[in-house]
Amino acid sequence: MRGVCAGMAASAALALVPSLRIAARDPRSESEALAGMAAWAGQFTPRVAIEPPATLLLEISGSLKLFRGLEALAGALRWGAAEMGYGTLIAAAPTPRAASWLAAAGHEKLVTDPAQIEAALAALPVSVVAGARDELETLEGIGVATLGELRALPRDGVARRFRRTLLDDLDRALGLVADPRAFYAPPERFRAAIELPAEVSEAEALLFAARRLVVQLAGFLAARGSGVQRFALALAHRDREATRVEIGLSAAARDAERFTMLLRERLSALQLREPVRAVALEADDVTSLPGEEPELVFEKGRPPGQWQHLVERLRARLGAGAVHGVAVRAEHRPERACVLADPGAEQMHAYFGERPFWLLRHPKRLQEIGGVPHHEGPLELLAGPERIESGWWDGDDASRDYFVARASSEALVWIYRDRRGDGGWHLHGVFA
Amino acid sequence: MESVALAHPVALADVLDRPDIWRGDALSCAAVRAVASGFHALDAELPGGGWPTGALTEILPAHEGIGELRLLGPALARVREPLAWIAPPHLPYAPALAAAGIDPTKLVIVRAASEKDALWAAEQALRSNACGAVLAWPRRARYAELRRLQIAAEGARALGFVFRPREAARESSPAPLRVAVETDRGGLALRLLKRRGGPLASPILLAPMPPAARHRQSHVDRPSLPAPAARDLPARLAHA
Repeated sequence: MRGVCAGMAASAALALVPSLRIAARDPRSESEALAGMAAWAGQFTPRVAIEPPATLLLEISGSLKLFRGLEALAGALRWGAAEMGYGTLIAAAPTPRAASWLAAAGHEKLVTDPAQIEAALAALPVSVVAGARDELETLEGIGVATLGELRALPRDGVARRFRRTLLDDLDRALGLVADPRAFYAPPERFRAAIELPAEVSEAEALLFAARRLVVQLAGFLAARGSGVQRFALALAHRDREATRVEIGLSAAARDAERFTMLLRERLSALQLREPVRAVALEADDVTSLPGEEPELVFEKGRPPGQWQHLVERLRARLGAGAVHGVAVRAEHRPERACVLADPGAEQMHAYFGERPFWLLRHPKRLQEIGGVPHHEGPLELLAGPERIESGWWDGDDASRDYFVARASSEALVWIYRDRRGDGGWHLHGVFA
Repeated sequence: MESVALAHPVALADVLDRPDIWRGDALSCAAVRAVASGFHALDAELPGGGWPTGALTEILPAHEGIGELRLLGPALARVREPLAWIAPPHLPYAPALAAAGIDPTKLVIVRAASEKDALWAAEQALRSNACGAVLAWPRRARYAELRRLQIAAEGARALGFVFRPREAARESSPAPLRVAVETDRGGLALRLLKRRGGPLASPILLAPMPPAARHRQSHVDRPSLPAPAARDLPARLAHA
């Protein structure tokens, strides 16, 4: 961009773009990040090979069916990597070398037919195979820019003029020579860290970085068929010892959404005493969590939660009285046939006939004009009366004639005429 | 077993409608899982053949009480998991729920002091993935707030219903399904303002769903006293 390119001196780059931020390359962090991604990628296939500095090779022929085909698998990989904050170039080919060359050259092709490899590789620049800089210059010097042109040269001539391994690499890419790989074995414990681009002093702002690590942890756990009951987020400061945020779960889990939610709650309540430079996620007690098959996980979305946990959460914030259930009581007075109860409380079953979905907490007195009850206009009586007389034993005596009525808005309402007192009309429910 | 099956014939469609039935062919159409609404004319027009789970559905009734809950009754009766009712305008009446086949024990009713609390509770209920359906009555909800709910609904197994006034139809909404509910000749006319695959031009007419309302019987549990005044008198004196 703006003339800055690889291999340029820092002073020259700064002359072109004065606002350029220069960071020292950290090979250790890079290889840690790549290993972390390899552990995460284990959920898609147990055969993951690392090709430094920046390539992962996944043997996926056994996984295609499970993940509904190559396109879908590539999409899941791209999406998951993006969630962890990594951009990707994804290519597939029948040989690992061809796939890595396609990706390295930015050709995001998914080649499945071995007969197509040669055509797919022909357009790639020779830089993907050239080892040293002078080798590349020599190739370009004789007018060879692409692998197709290199293949067109006489083999023995190439073998004499260049190193032997150049042809070997080509043969491996084409599948003419075997190309065995050592697969990555994920560690027993999980640890991943992110160096923040700038110091952060708001705890909630850390969630963004933590989320990337959580996705990585979930992939690591899925690959191993395991879960964690505890994990910790370590927040590294400049001068102080790291702040540790420990998260405990009621049972082992590997759900990224749940982990994120718990972290969000903890971070929102956390007061940072010093800005944070880096965050690390650690999980030591990885236990076996015989889980669902990936296809079922994909099918069902999130695992079901416990509704009791939901009620606890709601009550914790809104107050115990704000969350309740309803229960039927064997009582003819409508306002007493429904009582507030704990959600899920055992209750009786009784049938009362047609009742409205909504009951007003306090019956509303209605106007009567010319013998017709009015509620936002005259009401048309559709059914009734249903006489309810009850409660003589407790002094809260009721004697009412209930009707189903239609309002001019076409709403159906439940009204009654009080048979005591002045015989007035009242709105008691809405059928909704 | 065979005799049981004969005694209670169950339509295959009813079995397949159950949200807990996993179908092998679901791989190909996993995007939309739905709970049959119980109205064939409506199911025929809804993507997935019913109310969608894992998504927000807006119900926009022309007026409170015209049948917006009766419309959802059959679907709510099919759901086995708890039903969260967030900030309902009135008390959900347990005897009516039971009569509609909705088990009142499944209700989790949340009363919220503020709009913010109501939206928070709805989001929690959807996110928890513990509910079979979440019904919410926000007094006013902005696009960004509904968007939060839609994101919370995604990937969950719950039906998500948001009841909003008819005027809200003019605002844009992140809900993938928006249903305006009006009345028409005693029945309901549903307008699918928005659905996956484009809106529906003509309204769906549903037959009237009156409460059965043919009760002539009375609930009288009072011993028939010829002269109630005689009993009323001491009570009145006691309160005087």
